[in-house]
Formats: sequence, structure tokens, C-alpha cells
Amino acid sequence: MARIGVFICHCGENISATVDCAKVSELAAGLPGVVYSTDYKYMCSDPGQSKIKEAIREHNLTGVVVSACSPRMHEPTFRKACAEAGLNPYLCEMANIREHCSWVHEKGDATTQKAFDLTRTLVEKVKNNHPLESIKVPVNKTAIVIGGGVAGIQASLDIANGGHQVILVEKQPSIGGHMSQLSETFPTLDCSQCILTPRMVEVAQHPNITLYTCSEIESMDGFIGNFNVKIRKKAKSVNEKLCTGCGLCTTKCPTKNIPSEFEQGLANRTAIYVPFPQAVPNKPVIDRANCRYFLTGKCKVCQKLCPTGAIDFEQEDEIIDVKAGAIVLATGFEIKNTDFFPEYGYGKYKDVINGLQFERLASASGPTQGAIRRPSDGKTPEKVVFIACAGSRDPAKGIPYCSKICCMYTAKHAMLYKHKVHEGTPYVFYMDIRAAGKNYDEFTRRAIEEDGAKYIRGRVSNIYEKDGKLIVRGADTLLGGKPVEIDADMVVLATAAVSCDGSESLAQKLHVSYDPYKFFAEAHPKLKPVETNTAGIYLAGACQAPKDIPESVAAASGAAAKVICLFSNDELTREPIVAKVNRMPPPIFSTCMGCEMCISICPYQAIDKENITNRNGEVIKTIAKINPGLCQGCGTCVAFCKSKSIDLEGYSNKQVYEEVLALLNN
Amino acid sequence: MENDFEPKIVAFVCNWCTYAGADLTGTSRIKYSPNVKIIRFPCTGRIDFMLLLKAFSNGADGVIVSGCHPNDCHYTSGNFHARRRWVVFRTLLDFMGIDINRITFTWVSAAEGAKWAEVVNTTASKIKELGPYEAYRKITNEIWES
Amino acid sequence: MTKLGFYPGCSLEGTAREYNESVMSLATLFDIQLEQVPDWNCCGATAAHNLNKILSLSLPARILAQAEKAGMKEIIVPCAACYSRLSVTQHELFENSELKKQVEEVMDMTLSSPIRILNVVQFIQEFILPHLSEKIVKPFDKEVACYYGCLLVRPHDILQFDRLEDPQTIDRIMEQLGAKPIDWPFKTECCGAGLSVSRTDLVAKLSGKIVKEATERGAKAIITACPMCHANLDMRRSAINSYLAKKYDVPVLYITQAIGMACGLNNKQTGIYRHLVKVNN
Repeated sequence: MARIGVFICHCGENISATVDCAKVSELAAGLPGVVYSTDYKYMCSDPGQSKIKEAIREHNLTGVVVSACSPRMHEPTFRKACAEAGLNPYLCEMANIREHCSWVHEKGDATTQKAFDLTRTLVEKVKNNHPLESIKVPVNKTAIVIGGGVAGIQASLDIANGGHQVILVEKQPSIGGHMSQLSETFPTLDCSQCILTPRMVEVAQHPNITLYTCSEIESMDGFIGNFNVKIRKKAKSVNEKLCTGCGLCTTKCPTKNIPSEFEQGLANRTAIYVPFPQAVPNKPVIDRANCRYFLTGKCKVCQKLCPTGAIDFEQEDEIIDVKAGAIVLATGFEIKNTDFFPEYGYGKYKDVINGLQFERLASASGPTQGAIRRPSDGKTPEKVVFIACAGSRDPAKGIPYCSKICCMYTAKHAMLYKHKVHEGTPYVFYMDIRAAGKNYDEFTRRAIEEDGAKYIRGRVSNIYEKDGKLIVRGADTLLGGKPVEIDADMVVLATAAVSCDGSESLAQKLHVSYDPYKFFAEAHPKLKPVETNTAGIYLAGACQAPKDIPESVAAASGAAAKVICLFSNDELTREPIVAKVNRMPPPIFSTCMGCEMCISICPYQAIDKENITNRNGEVIKTIAKINPGLCQGCGTCVAFCKSKSIDLEGYSNKQVYEEVLALLNN
Repeated sequence: MENDFEPKIVAFVCNWCTYAGADLTGTSRIKYSPNVKIIRFPCTGRIDFMLLLKAFSNGADGVIVSGCHPNDCHYTSGNFHARRRWVVFRTLLDFMGIDINRITFTWVSAAEGAKWAEVVNTTASKIKELGPYEAYRKITNEIWES
Repeated sequence: MTKLGFYPGCSLEGTAREYNESVMSLATLFDIQLEQVPDWNCCGATAAHNLNKILSLSLPARILAQAEKAGMKEIIVPCAACYSRLSVTQHELFENSELKKQVEEVMDMTLSSPIRILNVVQFIQEFILPHLSEKIVKPFDKEVACYYGCLLVRPHDILQFDRLEDPQTIDRIMEQLGAKPIDWPFKTECCGAGLSVSRTDLVAKLSGKIVKEATERGAKAIITACPMCHANLDMRRSAINSYLAKKYDVPVLYITQAIGMACGLNNKQTGIYRHLVKVNN
């Protein structure tokens, strides 16, 4: 006979403001099988948990229902409390009367009734629960870090320094990411490369880090502690083992006019190239799409010149199989290019550039050695207009969110420009100045007060070119919307930060959720900011949302800490939510007819055939058998099974059927 | 005409997308009709569509089935199987004379809190308009009694 | 002979009579029969949508319903304001069934499905351009400033016609006529539109900018497809010239007139004799 305890949480006032918790508790006490029912202000608090533990012991409960917040939030908490009181944790269920009830409905009888209905549903479910033992799985203590920008570098170094193996996968020929392109960083104006390149070198030399550049994730299966990942290492056409990085090939390559990605198109590179002088690894790769040999079948100049014979035109993509226990996603962001902006000329004006291009102009290692010269004619611009929020916070452009970094880097750009061109005038069009952060507001104030950047609060409606000037037309909203026209020499757009191309397909490969803008979604916006919904996969940096360097680094270290925590265990316990094929005494053995439908639809190849033999070893029946180590508990086979021979622990046919009945029968 | 009929709607949702999406609706305090109550499944692939009929014969006036968007399934392909089964099942139901307008099959991701509220509200007002599903219960009861 | 539905609107019977004449002459030349929407009414521009939402939708909706009743699959709407009102109305009504019901009640007619609403540029692209080269007798070999105005391309979400800030279609059509379209920034700049009557001073200022810029960038003609733009740039030229204190004599042509001229139609057929700023052939 079931002896169920029901615990209704007020969640402070989060639930009790709209739900009459005492009444729900009173009604629940009248349900068949319920022997104890109570309500309390904070069920998840220590005294709240003690109430549950005491009730289990005192009333000899065989099942517990906690009606509180989402089970996605506190199911582990309450299950643990039950276990501590000697009740099998899988005999505890949660009814979600906060997210699915009190927060979304008005105060009233209907809401209280719904809270009771939900509670009753779980009471009926828990009556059909039975004790389960969690499954132990080993942990593979290797982490894969995807993306080698500052976040990926930080996460890799932290995990590797923690004594674990790291495989760092980078799409580009070099690690470094956007930070390697920056000139100086806010709010201290220290040189970006000076602080980043030592860390890049550290990655390359670290005994625990294996670096794969020009590589991407091909596929992933498995689960926390036991991921199987295929990495596609794209053909570089250069044998890394033989190449010494002397660079002779890059000086003699006849194709010299390819816009350099690193220089944001402000300078050219060759077809065999090292992206930038401090690249890690500092070995060239051939860009096959532009290489003369690959296009025409003739050339091979680099091969003839290479003193070590490292050029290999026949090299093919390589698929590397790796096993890992955890994955850190650090794929970063991209910025919109100027051609995204019709009103600013669809990208047709050479002197309308984006923020990263300005970084290259201001960088000592950039195409102008740090001199601010405009791209069209190389002249030093006397008036530069910076436009913040170009695309960001603009629902009409499909980007309603704030790109977060632009306020700060625009102030920095105005400052850098003024430091380099003393007689020049920087104008900044802005919506709001968002400078929240340590020493951030002081920094923007400095740009305005000390360096004399002219800040104009308003939007720029359009830009056109006339007589060698860019006419910037906007409004000054602090002066009642007065139209402003500036004849600028150069315009810098702080274009919106967006998710990387391909982040959606990567998320799908890794089964990670993402938001409408294809940024990866954290498991909880406040309490699980570096976890994803998929256990064992963590987030670092701007692949989650626009972030600046300190934030990206902090998130990376956070993700690394999570990985190291995970790796501190040799074994993981996994929820025993797995499918099972029923077994019966002979001569039936099982209702399974051996149709093998389940085998073909299981996404984890967790189902196999099992032969049942008689005493003479002859096969008398073939049925399905589920490997609990591989089964992830999706339950697809359960719904598919024609003879209803498979059931899912925790979501059995009986349980869900009783839930439906309980939910409907008032 | 004012309609004071309060329909009973059961939502069969997956844990990873729609359940989490509905959690987000709560966290965002977006209000919706209290007529809908959720039953949690690990995946839409787990949902046996016979449960929908069970729901109707036990007093449900409408049903929502919702999971992860195609390609976003936590278990890779469960939602595809659900969709395939739904396509077949729906034709069958239609053939049998069951009002398929009473079933909403949709995708709501963990980030779509507002969409969940919208799905619930549109379904609730649609079912309100359609009225109680007595016709189905009458048939099943007749079969039961004969 | 191709038969197409046609909605002239009030401008084409009044201040933009020459626009109507040129459209009709062009249709005849290209063997197209333009059949007017029976018993058509005012589209409501430019006042209705500022006064009464339902009225501003009901007026164009009735035109659409009349067209549907006459069995028209598409209607050609040369006036950019009418084109905008009809397109926006059709979009709004078929997006919002509640609103549609309301409007249907007001006009006591129903709308069953959307019809194609084509502006004059789309009409030319689809029905004139394929046969244009064989009809050209006198290439229009001048620098031209193609001026689209605001209504032809906005709201972009609904119209989905051409590029929002730097449209190209008229430029490409003019190239086919042998013209050299200039690259200029004021293709969709405001001409002053509905202020034509009430605030001539503002129109002179706004339209003046357009005329000045076109002239300075070397245009020998301004090509337009909107009666309102034409009225402001042509009819208000004396006000513009006195505002700018300089005599600008660049003529303003409807695109249909430019095509007509290139195809050898006479001044009566193209209606250019009606312009206030003289057009030299």
C-alpha cells in the first residue's frame, strides 16, 4: 500500500502570491494513498528539507511529491534529501507549480486548482515509481576545447594546468582569435598582442595540450564522461612535421593579391601563407581556393623552393577519432560587415569601415604600422565619425540585443585616433553609453573630457559620398532632434556582434541548445552560466552572447573549473532512466516478437539482439536487448514497440497513463 | 457570445526543449491560459500517440504535443520519429472521424518562452470555440457499453 | 494581346494626366490592353491613414474587391502612393483575419485571396522589357538621375521590391534605353510629398536638394515613377529655383515617357508637352 508524502512550497511569495498553498496541501491530504501533506515557506531550504526527511522517517513514506519550482531546478536537491532519509531517490517526484502555474496565471481559484491538479498528477505517478539504482560510468579525463580565441586558450591552459589532457580544435590556421587582431585593449590601453601571444605560445608548448588547427568538429556521440568525437583536420598541403616555418615559400608565392582575413581585407596575402607573424603554429598553409596550382594545375613554385620538401599537394583531409569526457565550446563571435547596412552604402564606400578594420589600422603590426590612414587614398583623416550600435539594438535589422563591447571599443577608437592624429576630430554617434565595468565609465569619460571626442546622442540616417568626403547625416536627439551633417573623411561602424557562421550546425552536432540569434544557450541564465543543457558540454566566451575580454576569460576559467571538477571523479553516476525489454518466465520469455524495429530507430545503437536458447543450445527465440550503458533514455523505442514490450524507467507506460488520468479526472 | 466553457487541455512535451521553454515562460512571467497542464516526457519520440486518445476519452478537449525543433533534438532524432508518426497518425485519426483540429503539434525550443504562451493561448481559444469534445466520449462510451 | 487590370487613381486623371497618357500609349505600342477596375474609388492616400485606420484600409480594400469581382489576377498601379496603399492594405488584411472581417463588413464585400499588385516599374520589367530592344528607334543616350522616392520601395518588409536605400531597377531599365544612370545618393530622399500644397516652402527646400544634387552630378534628366515626386520636382520648380537662387532646368520625366520617347512616340502620346520644365527631345 502506497504511503505518499506531499510537500507544497510557497517559494517565499513566488508561489503563495497566486496559489493558496495551504488549500492545495489540504486537498492533497485527501488523495488516496497520501498519508502526509504539508506546506512550507521554502521547501528547498535546510529546514524545508529536514521536514521532508522527518516525514519520511516518521510516516514511513514510500513516495514523495514536492510541489515547488521546475524539476529542472531542484529535482536533484529533493532526491538527495530523500536518499539521506533512506528513501530511494527515484521515489521522489516534483510537481512544477511555479514556472508552470503561479508565475503564469493570475491569483485565483483556477490557479490553486491547477496547482492541485499538477500535484495530484505526480502523486499518481509516484505511486507507480519503483526504486532505481543509478548507473556508474567511467570518466575519460580528456577535454576537447573548440575554438582557439582568448576564451579557448584560457580554458585549455587552465584544464591542462590542472593536469588533464586537452585537445584544442581551431578552425583557422592559427589560434589567437579576434583578440590577436586588436590594437590596444580597454580600459587600460595595453597592447593586445603583447598580452595574448605569450599565452598562445604556452598553448603550443604545453605537454598536456594537443592542438589541431584548420580543424572542425565532424560529429559527436556519446555522453558526459564518454564523448566520441570525430575531428576533420583539413588538408593544409604542408607537412607540419617537415616544415620548419622558414617562410621562404610565402615570399615567393606568385599569387599575392588575396585579401588577408587577418588584416580584414586592408592588406593582401599570398596563397601559401601564415595568417600573421606571431601565428601559432607558425607554419604556412595553402589556401587551395586561391592557389595557382590548384586552379590551373601549374606552378608548384613553393614546392620547388621548400628546403625540406614539406609541400604536399596531395594531402587529404584527415578524420581524427578522439574520446573525451568533457567539451568546452569557445567558438566566439563575428561582426557584421559594412555591406549589411543599406543606409551606410551597402559596403560600397571604401572609407566606411568596421571596428575590426579600425583595430588593424591602429595596430602597430597592421597594414599602416599603426598610422591612421583611410583605405581609399591613404590620407590621414581629419574628421572621423564613429557610429555605435550599427545594427545592434535594432529589431528592424533582426538584432534587438546589445552587442555590449561597442560602447567601450568606440570610446577606445576615438581615443586612439586622437592620440595618433592630434589635430583630428572624432565624432561619436551613440544611443546610450553603456560603460558598466571596472574602470569602464572612467575610461569613456576620459575619451570625452580629456581627448575631446565629440559625442552626439542620435542615429545616423545615411551616409553618402560627395567631393571626396563622406557626408554623414544624423540627428542630435539631445537638441530636440536637430539634424546634423558632418563631412567626414572616414566613418567607423561599430557593427553588431553576431554568432559565428556554422554555430547552428555545430550546436546540432553537439545537441546543445541555442537562442534565436544562434548563440549557444546556457543551462540557467544565472546559476549555470557556463553549463549547457547537455551534461559535460560547457561554454566559454562570446559564443554564448557578446562578451568582452575579461568576461570571456572569466567564463573560460569557470568552464575549466567545471571540467576539472568533473575530472576529479573516476566514475560518474548517471540517472537510471533507461529502457528495458520485459522478461517473463518460459515458455513466453518476453512479449518481444523480435521485429527489430527498435534496433533500427535507436539513436545510440544501444539495442541488440539477444538469442534465447534451450537446454541443447538451440535458439528458440530472438528478442531485443538494451545496453543500459549506452541507452540515454529518450524512449523512442518505447513508443515504437508494436507489442509494448519495451518500457522506460521513470517514464513507464503505466506512469504516464496514470498521469493522464489524474490530470483529467477532477 | 460569451463562452464560459473552460476546456481541459493536456500538453505532452519533451523535457529538453518545450518543458524548458515553458519554464522560461514562467521565469519571464508571461501570462497564459490556465487550461493547459503539462506532462513531462524525456522526448517527443517517447510519446505514444495512443495516449492522446486516452486523454480524449478521459475528458480532454484538446491536446498539445510539442518538442525540440527539427535538428535540435537532445537525442538527435526522437522528434523526427515523433513527426513521422504524427503524419501517419493524423491521417488515421482524420479517417476515423476524429477532429484533428483538437490536436496541436508544434515545436517550442528552450529559448521560446513567449512562443509557448502563444501556443497555449491559441490552442485554448481554438478549443474553447470548438466546445467540449463530448462527441468522442459518446462514441467511446457507446462502444464500451455495447 | 495581353489583358491586364489597371487602377489609375485620382492623380492620373488630374495633375499627372501625362503619366496616364504615356502609360496608355506604351501599352498600345506593346500590344497590351489595360482594363480599368470597374467603378474604382479613391485609395485614401495621403490623408486617410492619419485619420481613421478602418477607413484607410476599407478604401483600398474596395478597389481590391472590385478587381477580384472583375476576375483580375493582377492590377497595374502606376501611382506610387496608390501602389503603397493597396499593397499595405492587402498585406495587413491577409495577415489579420479579425481586421479583414471588420473591413469586409464596412464595405459589404469580401476578399477571397490576394491579387498581384504591380507598380509601373514591375509592369515594365515583366511586360515591356522582353520586347523593348526591337522597338527602340532613338536611344535615350543621356545621363539620367533615377529618382525612386519613398513610396515605391517602402515599407520594404511588405513590398519586397528592390533595394531599400539604393534601388536599382529603374537604373537597369534606363540602361536598356541607352541612358547612363548616374550614381547618386538621393534616390529615395524625401521630396516633400503631401506638403506640396500646404508648405510650398518646405517642398522647395527638400525637392531643391534633389534637383541640385542631380544637376551637380551631371544628370540631364530626372526619371521618376511617382506623380507626387513629379509634381514637386516639376510643378514646384519656380519655387525651388527662387529658393536656391539659381535656375535649374533639368527636366523630370516619368519612366514611361522616357521609354515612349525612345520608342518614337510623339509628344502628344507621351504627354511631355504638359510639363512645366521644358523637355527637349
